[in-house]
Amino acid sequence: MENKIVVKKSLIPGQTSMLVIDAPQIARKAKPGNFVILRVHDKGERIPLTIADTDPEKGTITIVYLVVGKSSAMLETLKEGDCIPDVCGPLGKPTHIEKSGTVICVGGGTGIAAMHHIAKGHHQAGNHVVAIVGARSKDLLLFCDELGCFCPELLIATDDGTHGHKGFVTDILKERLEKDKDVSEVVAIGPVPMMEAVANVTRPFGVKTTVSLNSIMVDGIGMCGACRCSVGGETRFACVDGPEFDGHKVDFNELKMRLSQYKDQERTSLELFRKDHG
Amino acid sequence: MADNKKNPKSPRVPMPEQPAEERSHNFNEVTLGYTYEMALEEAGRCLQCKKPLCQSGCPVEIDIKSFIGHLAEGDIPEAYKVIKNTNALPAVCGRVCPQEVQCEGSCILGKKGEPIAIGRLERFVADTFTADSACEMLTGDVACSLPNDHLKVACIGSGPSSLTVAGYLAARGVPVTIFEALHEFGGVLVYGIPEFRLPKEIVAKEISALWTKGVKFMPNWVGGRTITIQDLIDDGYDAIFIGVGAGLPWFLNIPGENLVGVYSANEYLTRINLGRAYDFPNYDTPAPHPRNVAVIGGGNVAMDAARTALRLGAENVYITYRRTMGEMPARAEELHHAEEEGVKFQLLTSPMSINGDENGRVKSMTLQVMELGEPDDSGRCRPVPVKGETSELDVDMVILAVGTGANPILLEATPDLDLTKWGYIKADPETGETSIKNVFAGGDIVSGSATVISAMGAGRKAAKEIAARLGV
Ligand SMILES: Cc1cc2nc3c(=O)[nH]c(=O)nc-3n(C[C@H](O)[C@H](O)[C@H](O)COP(=O)(O)OP(=O)(O)OC[C@H]3O[C@@H](n4cnc5c(N)ncnc54)[C@H](O)[C@@H]3O)c2cc1C
Ligand SMILES: Cc1cc2nc3c(=O)[nH]c(=O)nc-3n(C[C@H](O)[C@H](O)[C@H](O)COP(=O)(O)OP(=O)(O)OC[C@H]3O[C@@H](n4cnc5c(N)ncnc54)[C@H](O)[C@@H]3O)c2cc1C
Ligand code: SF4
Ligand code: FES
Repeated sequence: MENKIVVKKSLIPGQTSMLVIDAPQIARKAKPGNFVILRVHDKGERIPLTIADTDPEKGTITIVYLVVGKSSAMLETLKEGDCIPDVCGPLGKPTHIEKSGTVICVGGGTGIAAMHHIAKGHHQAGNHVVAIVGARSKDLLLFCDELGCFCPELLIATDDGTHGHKGFVTDILKERLEKDKDVSEVVAIGPVPMMEAVANVTRPFGVKTTVSLNSIMVDGIGMCGACRCSVGGETRFACVDGPEFDGHKVDFNELKMRLSQYKDQERTSLELFRKDHG
Repeated sequence: MADNKKNPKSPRVPMPEQPAEERSHNFNEVTLGYTYEMALEEAGRCLQCKKPLCQSGCPVEIDIKSFIGHLAEGDIPEAYKVIKNTNALPAVCGRVCPQEVQCEGSCILGKKGEPIAIGRLERFVADTFTADSACEMLTGDVACSLPNDHLKVACIGSGPSSLTVAGYLAARGVPVTIFEALHEFGGVLVYGIPEFRLPKEIVAKEISALWTKGVKFMPNWVGGRTITIQDLIDDGYDAIFIGVGAGLPWFLNIPGENLVGVYSANEYLTRINLGRAYDFPNYDTPAPHPRNVAVIGGGNVAMDAARTALRLGAENVYITYRRTMGEMPARAEELHHAEEEGVKFQLLTSPMSINGDENGRVKSMTLQVMELGEPDDSGRCRPVPVKGETSELDVDMVILAVGTGANPILLEATPDLDLTKWGYIKADPETGETSIKNVFAGGDIVSGSATVISAMGAGRKAAKEIAARLGV
């Protein structure tokens, strides 16, 4: 059966889980930076999720998701052995990876999983990968062991200081950039305010900064324009031109506004779901 | 009261429809279809011309005279067989073809009085003789066996062009696999054209008929991503048909286009139709609920978006168009229905900017006033701005229905494919073959945005050529 959930692992109980899904055709083609669009049930919405890892031999892809609304809450109700009705991909432009020296990968929250796939790609291309990961608290950190396997430097920040630096990833990033003038690229994936903050920190250093935009999507194949965002004053479609863009050129304010367009309906949806499912 | 006597002078039999006030609040089909008596009466008006002009107006060459002849005699199965011979989707075409410029536009009766309502008759025949038994009709078997199982053909995209290719080849025993990027099949017929004009059930029936004929349908396969043309060639497909449509929405590059509340018609209609957002929260896809809506454009897409917005409860829906009513490219029936339902027309205006509030939401639109100048290359009068004259329209949503271009996903992944200067696929006008041998293309991805029937015509042409090469 296609798109069966082969492994399910709860990373942060009730909040973040990892799924290994049987999707051989996607596993064969997916590269770091790609995402899939899936529908969790027959009346479901199409939601994009980053491919956090692949195993082309076994024919599986890995996704890591945060439960934020109805669709992700429904995904969380699925168990190992269940099938996801629709999984479409790989979508988006793969990350541009070349041997360039030192690359700093900054990940926040669930974004750490997406960042992991990209960091792995940079490592395989022969780059020195510095991973900086952050979360509100120690219990909300992900993928640290996995990153530790190939990142010679793994720097951690927590808002409450329960692990690593007390404060933000941007504090560590700034320090690191001041020390090391030879960083060739900074990659940031996480909540929009975090990516914006990273871009602001790197700007004075003039370091190439790549961010991954999580704009609202519908088809994911460039046919609707829902995902459009302004980059360097031009309109780009995150699903086909991105999702990765030059962080110094992105209009983050516009992105934030567009991300909140369906707040009321999303709330209604989640409330109804919670009512039905306790 | 079937009146089978030829009475060409009598007016065409009107089509029953839901009253405008009622239908502008629901998504049920607007037109209700002929009864048996009405169909026979209308068919009875046909002159059965020696040289029927109607057929020459039809891109898939339906033998119109003959099907109407059978219908007039009450032989619906035979009428269906004649239509189905050349048209894979009669229930669809009867509803959405611009008959007034095709078959009906050529019908001799139109010279003096009203042409035969060919579209309505086609729809009646197709609906009466449900498409489910199409396979039985053509081959005598309920489930078709595919005798040529050593052959295989792939179609990318599942719009009317691909469905036609699949229907033609499956009827000749060739296994066809359709790869579709979305989770539903039918292309624009399901994600673009709304239910009140073309119920999804109708499209589903035609698709299930193809399925019984042995056509394989693969959802969530993106040509160029999940599978490439080269993969298909390597997998041993004898021929490949590309029917991916023209889905890339155009924007106007005017200020304010990325404000919250500005939609491409594609996004708006896809949310509502494919995502069934009109049935939110029963379905999960959210839709906006604005009060005052401006739709920019004058084609079928604009009419569909405007009428959809009305049905979702908007108080005022304006079509803003830079020419006048007479130049609008929409089907006559859609324009008429939109007016009846209360869509307002702001003619001779062209958007200059969309203006937002402090939260980045649309609050108004500034329009440039236009006038008609000399005819341009297309023969239509060119709209020219009237210097210094602008107007303001208070709206909280703007839908852009200003056209679409070629979607680049498959094209970028297939560098050997020659494109036109407009970015569409170059295909041989006679055979539909592209610059890659045994790879064919047709429909909107070759012609640019056109019509269902022209996409089907292109599919038919390619299918004929493929069949000839395969020797079936
Ligand atoms: C390219 C891309 C990759 C992503 N990768 C991941 C990932 O690996 N892990 C992860 O947890 N999340 C990821 N997201 C975000 C994820 O798609 C949303 O969290 C999800 O759609 C929320 O759906 P929901 O019904 O649970 O919540 P909702 O209640 O519908 O929405 C909650 C919030 O999610 C965002 N959102 C809603 N609908 C969409 C949509 N159709 N597309 C994008 N964002 C939407 C909005 O900001 C919204 O306010 C990614 C988004 C994009 C665009
Ligand atoms: C709102 C609207 C109203 C219309 N009204 C009318 C009307 O009343 N009468 C009329 O005659 N015409 C109408 N048209 C035009 C008509 O629908 C199109 O001309 C016709 O559907 C084109 O058919 P097609 O086969 O080329 O492709 P489409 O119908 O465009 O279908 C293409 C399919 O390919 C899929 N696809 C795209 N890229 C890929 C890929 N890389 N891999 C796999 N699949 C892919 C798409 O998801 C889609 O399902 C309307 C169009 C719209 C948008
Ligand atoms: S041209 Fe008109 S009257 Fe003549 S055969 Fe065709 S439909 Fe009948
Ligand atoms: S999601 Fe539709 S164009 Fe990007």
